[in-house]
Amino acid sequence: MNDFLLIFRRDFNPDEAQPSPEQLQGMMKSWQDWMGSIAAQNKLVNQGNRLDGDGKVVKPGRVITNGPYVEIKEAIAGYTIIRAASLEEAAEISNGCPVLLVGGNVEVRQIVPM
Amino acid sequence: MNKDKVLPHLFRTEYRKLIAVLYRHFGFEHPEIAEDIASDTFLTAAETWGLKGLPDNPTAWLYTVARNKAKDYLKHGNIFTQKVSSVIQTGEAYLPVTEIDLSDKSIKDSQLQMMFAICHPAITAEAQIGLALRILCGFGIDEIAGAFLSNKETINKRLFRAKEKLREEKVKIEFPESKAISSRLDNVLKTLYLLFNEGYYSSSGNATLRKELCLEAMRLNYLLIENKLFNLPEVCALLSLMCFHASRFEARMDENGEMVRYDEQDTSLWNEELIEKGKQYLSKASKGDKITKYHIEATIAYWHTIKADTPEKWDNILQLYNRLLITEYSPMAALNRTYAVSKVKGNAEAIIEAEKLQLNGNHLYHILLGSLYKDTDMQKAKQHLQTALKLAKTVAEKKQIKKDLDKLEAS
Repeated sequence: MNDFLLIFRRDFNPDEAQPSPEQLQGMMKSWQDWMGSIAAQNKLVNQGNRLDGDGKVVKPGRVITNGPYVEIKEAIAGYTIIRAASLEEAAEISNGCPVLLVGGNVEVRQIVPM
Repeated sequence: MNKDKVLPHLFRTEYRKLIAVLYRHFGFEHPEIAEDIASDTFLTAAETWGLKGLPDNPTAWLYTVARNKAKDYLKHGNIFTQKVSSVIQTGEAYLPVTEIDLSDKSIKDSQLQMMFAICHPAITAEAQIGLALRILCGFGIDEIAGAFLSNKETINKRLFRAKEKLREEKVKIEFPESKAISSRLDNVLKTLYLLFNEGYYSSSGNATLRKELCLEAMRLNYLLIENKLFNLPEVCALLSLMCFHASRFEARMDENGEMVRYDEQDTSLWNEELIEKGKQYLSKASKGDKITKYHIEATIAYWHTIKADTPEKWDNILQLYNRLLITEYSPMAALNRTYAVSKVKGNAEAIIEAEKLQLNGNHLYHILLGSLYKDTDMQKAKQHLQTALKLAKTVAEKKQIKKDLDKLEAS
């Protein structure tokens, strides 16, 4: 078993209108269901965190810009660490991630063991 | 009370008090003294009362005898230490000859301090439960062996080693420092939780004994709540959980002492009073900003006390199991979550979730899969139940599984 970092990316400036409270509730539930399913397999290492939409990018020469989201459609929205036997299994687990339902994607990367 | 029952009754209620106070007095350096004096006191009572009849106040009589025996021991011990140890250099500690304080407060303090001392991470969880049953609950070695489906020798050895370990670690019988309360309390709650579960879920066929383990866990939990130092949200959450579970005692056992599954229970047998108590403690538990696994489990147990089988109920239970598993994995929670999935999303979805669990060596896993498959794939349902039958360890469980198999055959 190895640990894998799942990076959730999505569009922070979606065209759709603000979701309703019911939709938000449904989104929350689908995340909890997905996480719960991973945890039930004893494969959740770290629940991780959701990241705020605001951010800054620091570049050489004291150039600091506001987050990269204006130009690109996908920004990191959060991350989770899971345990899996292989990269393939980790990808399979990510297949159920609710970020996919809102046009986002999951990047799966193995964490290099110490 | 019937005269013949006075002594056994007093043994049940007073032995544990005497032994806690005596232990606190003598410490783990001399574990045998406390037990000797307590047992000796009851032996003296049996002999004397047998000859002369019951005294007016049997409890006070016992306390006086115990106090005198302790005093005698100390006097004798000190003479030995003073006169002999100077010659043979044993280095034995000198114990001051003081009265053993058997006031209500001293008894409760002793029991609580003992609880903290026993629930020490230096000894295994099994040993902690064993010592708790012996010292805090006054159980006999036979009863402890019965609870663990073990034998006297094994239990005696286990308790002896545990006491040795506590002595080596120089564990003091005292209240934890205020800044260590939270972490020490974690250990105590864990032991009480395991003690309760030992009674509630264990496969021991002795129903009376099992119930008693649960009641003892609740009594000790209540002892914590009575003391304002330990009347904390997580302590209330655990007691709430126990009350909700205990409310189904009568319903989960049929007249032959066999287990009745949750969905087949006669809900009119659920104890409303305990459910009410559970709600009260759950509301006390919600003060403060800490959410422990006991909070989550108590809330799950609360939803189980609601009789109507609504989608709302199972949806809430599923969400709570998700949270519980994210907080801390356990195979039992994983299986229960899968059952909740079947209630919310249907068996097909639950089968997909169940097969990811891969708890192949666990008989409960196969029982669950058996019930999930029974409407769609009879062959698979049977296979899982047959595997469960092979894996089950106790007669009672095997019997239950055979019953399920027979039902499948008949349908």
